[in-house]
Parts: sequence; C-alpha cells; structure tokens
Amino acid sequence: MAAILDAQGLHKNFGAVTAASDINAAIERDSVVGLIGTNGAGKTTFINMITGYLKPDRGRIHYEGRDITELAPREITRLGICRSFQIPQLYASLTAFENMMAGIGVVLRNAGLGGFFSRGEPLVPGHNLPADQVAERILERFGLSEYRDRNAQVLPGGVRKLLDIALTMVAKPKILLLDEPTSGVSSEEKFTMMEMIMKAVRAEGATVLFVEHDMEVVSRFAERVLAFYDGRVIADAPPAVALEDPEVKRFVVGGELHRLDEAQAKHRA
Amino acid sequence: MKRDRTPQTLVLILAAILAVGPFAPQWTVFLLTVALAKGLVVLGLMILLRCGLVSFGQALYYCIGAYAAGMLGRLFQVSGVFTLMLAGMVAAGVAGFVFGFLLARYRSIFFGLLSLAISMILYGLLVKTEALGSSDGFNLLPSTLAGIRPADAWVRYMVLAVAAAVAFVAALLVHRYLKTPLGRLAPAIKDNEIRVEYMGASARHAIHVKYVIAAALAGLGGALAATTVGHIDPEMAYWTTSGEFIFITILAGTGNVIAPFLGALIFGIIQTVAFDISPNTWQMVLGSSLLVVILFLPNGLWSLFTRRKAS
Repeated sequence: MAAILDAQGLHKNFGAVTAASDINAAIERDSVVGLIGTNGAGKTTFINMITGYLKPDRGRIHYEGRDITELAPREITRLGICRSFQIPQLYASLTAFENMMAGIGVVLRNAGLGGFFSRGEPLVPGHNLPADQVAERILERFGLSEYRDRNAQVLPGGVRKLLDIALTMVAKPKILLLDEPTSGVSSEEKFTMMEMIMKAVRAEGATVLFVEHDMEVVSRFAERVLAFYDGRVIADAPPAVALEDPEVKRFVVGGELHRLDEAQAKHRA
Repeated sequence: MKRDRTPQTLVLILAAILAVGPFAPQWTVFLLTVALAKGLVVLGLMILLRCGLVSFGQALYYCIGAYAAGMLGRLFQVSGVFTLMLAGMVAAGVAGFVFGFLLARYRSIFFGLLSLAISMILYGLLVKTEALGSSDGFNLLPSTLAGIRPADAWVRYMVLAVAAAVAFVAALLVHRYLKTPLGRLAPAIKDNEIRVEYMGASARHAIHVKYVIAAALAGLGGALAATTVGHIDPEMAYWTTSGEFIFITILAGTGNVIAPFLGALIFGIIQTVAFDISPNTWQMVLGSSLLVVILFLPNGLWSLFTRRKAS
C-alpha cells in the first residue's frame, strides 16, 4: 500500500503539557480519514504539525517519500497539502469571487505564470482554465454561486465555512486537511454540507483528513478513523471497528456524550 | 467586465501636458512638475497602503534620491536629467532593499514608526554633515538633456516634459504590476496573512518587493524634485515631508495609478492658493480640506471618478 503521508513518532510538548505523544499514522492515497477525539486530545496539533505550523519536538513527517518536517507552511502548501480552518480564514473585505481570485493568483505565481512580463491570460495549472472560470466553477461546486459578489465578512457562518474549504481547492491539493468542516452548523444540515464538501473535494481527487465530533457523520463519510486521546492515537481502524473499541467508547465517544449531556444540562438551567 | 481605460487616459494626459506646457505660465509649469515628482512618491505609498501598510518615513527615499542626484553633479559634474533620475532611483531602491529585510517583518504602527525613525536618522546625519552643506544643503548644477543646456525660457519646460514622460512610464508599469498575481495579493495580505501563507505565498516576501518598488519610486521623485527646484537640503528627509506624502495618499485614494498624481496636483494647488490668501494660517486651509475629503470621500478623490462610472 502506498502511503502518501507518513507520520512517525510525532511528539510535541507545550511546556508541561503533552499535546502529541508518539503519533504514528500512514495515510493511504485517495483515502478519507476521520480524526476524532475530545477537545485537547491532539487532533489540531496533529494537523498543525503536518501543515508546518508547529514543528514536532521529535519524529518525522514524510509526504510522497519526502521529509517535510522542517518545511514552512507555504512550502508544504506548494507541495499539495492544503488545509481549512476551524474558524474560517477568509479575506474579509473581498467578495467570495475575489477571495477565490486571490487564491488562484498565488497558484499562478507559484507556477511562474501571469507575471509582469507574461502576455495573454494564463491557464491555471491543474484546472486548465482561465482564472475567472476556475473561480466560478469551484464556487458552483460548493453551492456558493449566489454569494459570488458578497463580501466575505457579511456571509452567514455555514457559507463562510464552505468558502474556506473552497479556497483550498484552487491549488488542486493532493491532501486536504479539514478542521471541523461542519462545526457551528446544525446537526440536520451537517449531512447535506458534508455530502456537498465530499463530492466537491473527491471530484478533484484529493486524499481527505477531517476532524469531526459527530460520530454519525464520521461513520458515514470516513473510511478509516484515527481516534486521539491525551496526545496519543488510541485507535486506527475502519469506523465500524474503531467506534466499537472499548477505549474509544470510554474516552472519545463517551466523552462526546458527556459533553452533550453537559451542554443540555446547561441549556435546561 | 469593466474596460480598463487607464493606459489610454495616461497617454491623453501626457499629450496634454506636453502640448500645453510651452504656453503655460512659468509658475504653473513649476507647480505641475513638483506635483509629478511628489506623485511618484505617492504612487509607491499607494502600493504599500493597498496591503495595509503606512510608511511614515517615505521622505527617507525621497531624500536619498535627491542627494544621489545632487552628489552626482557635485562630485562628477553629471547634469543629464535622465542620469540623475536613474541614480536617485537606484540609490533609493538599494537602500529600500536593505532596510526592507527589517521592515518587512513589521506591520501597522510598528512599520510606520520604524520607517519614521530611519528617515529621522538620515535627517540627523545630513544636518551634521558640513561637507554636504549641513542644514543649508546645496545647489544642483543646471540640468541638461542629452548634453544640451536649453535656453533659460525652455529649461522648466524641458524638466516638465522629462517629468511627465518618467511619470507616464512609471504609472504604466505600476498599473501593469497591480494586475499581476503579486500585485493583486495586496488586499489579501491586508485582510489575512495566515491565509496567504496557507495558500502557498510569503507575505513577507511580497511586502519586501513592494517596499523596494515604493523606495525606488520615492527616489525617482526625489531626484526629479531636486532637478526641478535646483536645490536640496536635509528638510527633504524630515518627518513633515513624509507627512505631506501620506496626506496626499489619503487625499488621492488608492483606486488607480492616476490618483497619486491628481492628488499631488490638487495638494499643490490648495497649498499655493491657501498660502496666497492667508500666509499665516495656510496649514489650516490644507487641514480642513483633508477633513472634508475624509468625511465625504473616505476612499479619496479618486472615488469621484469610480462613483460616476458605477451610476
């Protein structure tokens, strides 16, 4: 099996807190992996280490056989590992369309196209279309066409999340890391939203890792689950197996239910 | 999509300046030439402002450009206007490249004040340097074009024509630059650098490039101002000079490459008229006019044109 991404023995401390402890994960090409675990279990730390935002204290990360542990986020992005954010990171004063165009601009620039001395309109690498058509097409795939000319800062929460993910698609990522793509969206809408995201993302043929708290969403969309607890990976298996694992049930799924209970209790009070 | 008529408009403006120049009164020719020189500096500030950076020390490069031109005449008896401008631009560009390594790390008020601090260091150095005339500065050699010194009546027109041609080329190049991916990245850098980084671009690198362009333009403007006025002094690096450039940038707006020149011209006119009417309180008139622009045209004078187009 060809692992596109291989994390070996990742370890990260923040002072006395261990955020990651001996994390090993080999991600296969074209797979869809769900990352689960309670808050603070190490999911986002894992994503941050892969994308270069955090450097692990120990351990290596290989991508397509290349060691990317020491690379800066922008270099890792250029290699084809893109991410979305828990809190959407958009260009607030620009419209949805302009957000896409800004992203495409970076792709063109990194490919050495559309520069000061080039003539004519370049085709966006990977898409083989002019920039504005790529923007339109991706917006359409994510159901964002009607928001095309509205400023990112006035868009509703769910739309902002979709735009945040749509932005990652301009670079034709080979690996896409989605940090809680459906957080802040009602549980009824979660499925439709995930459906749309997965369809759009898979149409471009990317390997997907997503963080999700809703176990129904996980078992529906993930082919494989990595369960985090206390900075460690406590289960690495298909969802049917992983979600039935006693440790996972106790620390992750149980934890989620516990949190839910707490939230409901707070709501009632 | 909106048709881009900026290049055609620039050609028309250049033609108009060259055609009207010979018949215009001397004082208007001088006013226009100075406006073109300052417009070049503001053009650079506009590039920086588009990515949210305000340099409170652009007079540094304006002054470097002017002194580079002046020294070339003083030390090597060079007086060709194009050579002097090239020297000013290169000197300022190199200085901008060096300081850029430091400044591209800073944002907002830190960027502004650090650039101010560097410009005041140059001011302090020049004031103490007797070889360069201390606070009095020195006069430039009479400028020539292709080795020829035109008749006195034509000198001002010659400098105006050169200024117009240089500003025309600079505006066209910047206009093209703003349409490249790197140029278009400016508002994205202003909005969200994290995202810029995670799209695969380096905001710091982009800002460094923009900073060098802005410095080179300011140097060009400084050399041009020096040739026009025929005299340079450390005042060119003083913070009030930087303030004036920011004033014009806000007045003009960042909508188009023509805006800085228009802003500089209107600034010059207001300044001249205000000084004429009330020699003691002209700053008040200038300040009030900026206040009016900020209140009614928050995106600067240029929004007058875009607004009309939209309706």
